[in-house]
Amino acid sequence: MIEINHVNKWYGPTFQVLKDCTTSVAKGEVVVVCGPSGSGKSTLIKCVNALEPIQGGDITLDGVKVNDPKTDLPKLRSRVGMVFQHFELFPHLRIIDNLRLAQEKVLGRKHGDATAKAIKLLERVGLQDHAKKYPAELSGGQQQRVAIARALAMDPIAMLFDEPTSALDPEMISEVLDVMVDLAREGMTMMVVTHEMGFANKVADRVIFMDRGEIVEDAKKADFFGTPRSDRAQKFLSKILQH
Amino acid sequence: MIGNFDFDVIRRALPYLFLEGMRFTLTLTALAAFGGLVFGTMIALMRLSSYKWLGRIAGLYVDFIRSLPLVLVIFWFYFLVPYIGQWLTGASRPITVGAFASSLITFIAFEAAYFSEIMRAGIQSISKGQPAAASALGLTYAQSMRYVVLPQAFRNMLPVLLTQTIVLFQDTSLVYVLSITDFLGAASKVAQRDGRLVEMYLFAAVVYFVISCVASFGVRRLQARIAIVR
Repeated sequence: MIEINHVNKWYGPTFQVLKDCTTSVAKGEVVVVCGPSGSGKSTLIKCVNALEPIQGGDITLDGVKVNDPKTDLPKLRSRVGMVFQHFELFPHLRIIDNLRLAQEKVLGRKHGDATAKAIKLLERVGLQDHAKKYPAELSGGQQQRVAIARALAMDPIAMLFDEPTSALDPEMISEVLDVMVDLAREGMTMMVVTHEMGFANKVADRVIFMDRGEIVEDAKKADFFGTPRSDRAQKFLSKILQH
Repeated sequence: MIGNFDFDVIRRALPYLFLEGMRFTLTLTALAAFGGLVFGTMIALMRLSSYKWLGRIAGLYVDFIRSLPLVLVIFWFYFLVPYIGQWLTGASRPITVGAFASSLITFIAFEAAYFSEIMRAGIQSISKGQPAAASALGLTYAQSMRYVVLPQAFRNMLPVLLTQTIVLFQDTSLVYVLSITDFLGAASKVAQRDGRLVEMYLFAAVVYFVISCVASFGVRRLQARIAIVR
């Protein structure tokens, strides 16, 4: 589903954020990407739907080459859902309109169909009573659930999560993770940048560990948590699992 | 001086002052503000575009306009446009452009430069995550601007835009150089005709002052309300 081949990326002429990254996500697979901050994991996931350009290598998504200038990027992006660290709901639109906007403007769905879909998804994340509210009236956890529903409204073939719980208060993290766990169990293809090792342990098929722009470890979940091969991954794990 | 102040002159001139003068002033203000906002937003988008030369053209335009006295441009524009029109259309004699059309075009051109700076600041005040989220949903650049970025930029900048419109309302009085009957022009005509300069110019000043003051107060109330909503 997602193929990342020898991807290189620089910020400016000298700073290389991604160094020869190669990995893939198969259909129905859940892959967790972790690593210390500044390791390039968020950058990597943003390259998958071309929110960030790459300077070397190739990324293909469902057979379509992302870094081909001829690719219709809006169309490609509409097929992959993305959830951001800071939710990025549209603050000037009601919750229901946040879910309807792209359905109507991008997919050309009729207003009634878009509304029905939006309400169905709000029910799914348990927020149907908040449809008429504005994002600022919701808690962080609720906003992030809305953001997930908004992405799902496009019937995506895969979902990208960029640190979806990092900006949340601790008591709100689990309500978001619960939605993600359900999604994973339903067979959604997911690439998740997160520090939540509990989540990784529960639903991930594979775990990728990044450090300084490199993919240091790319292993099945059991192998990663059982016997991480690299020193750096071992150190990282011992640090975040310490408490 | 106050002893022979003639209030009746003002009273008798009221219908003329407001139905002709103020009507023109408000029409010009509204149309120039609207046109200035539309073109100003376009210039702002050009300045922020990733095509460097588009931004440079827009930047030159804004700098050029802001370096000229408005009254001079109104004056020149009125006398030049007929000849430019002639040159553009290849007509045999200068085309006729009414004083209203000429002043409206001038004000739109001027306000576009000022509004563009306001809208540019407004667009830059929106976090990068917003257009990114819009793109991630599949919206095109134009759609992301139209439905996500510009509505927020406009809302954030509304108090500043309205304040600039109040300045514009006062600036429209400069059309007197074309002997147009705006509010000040009407007051001036009555003043000359009846020899009542003090009364009429004082009254005109009071009217401009009251309207601008009330409008500014309204803007401040609005600002407070927006701050709460955010």
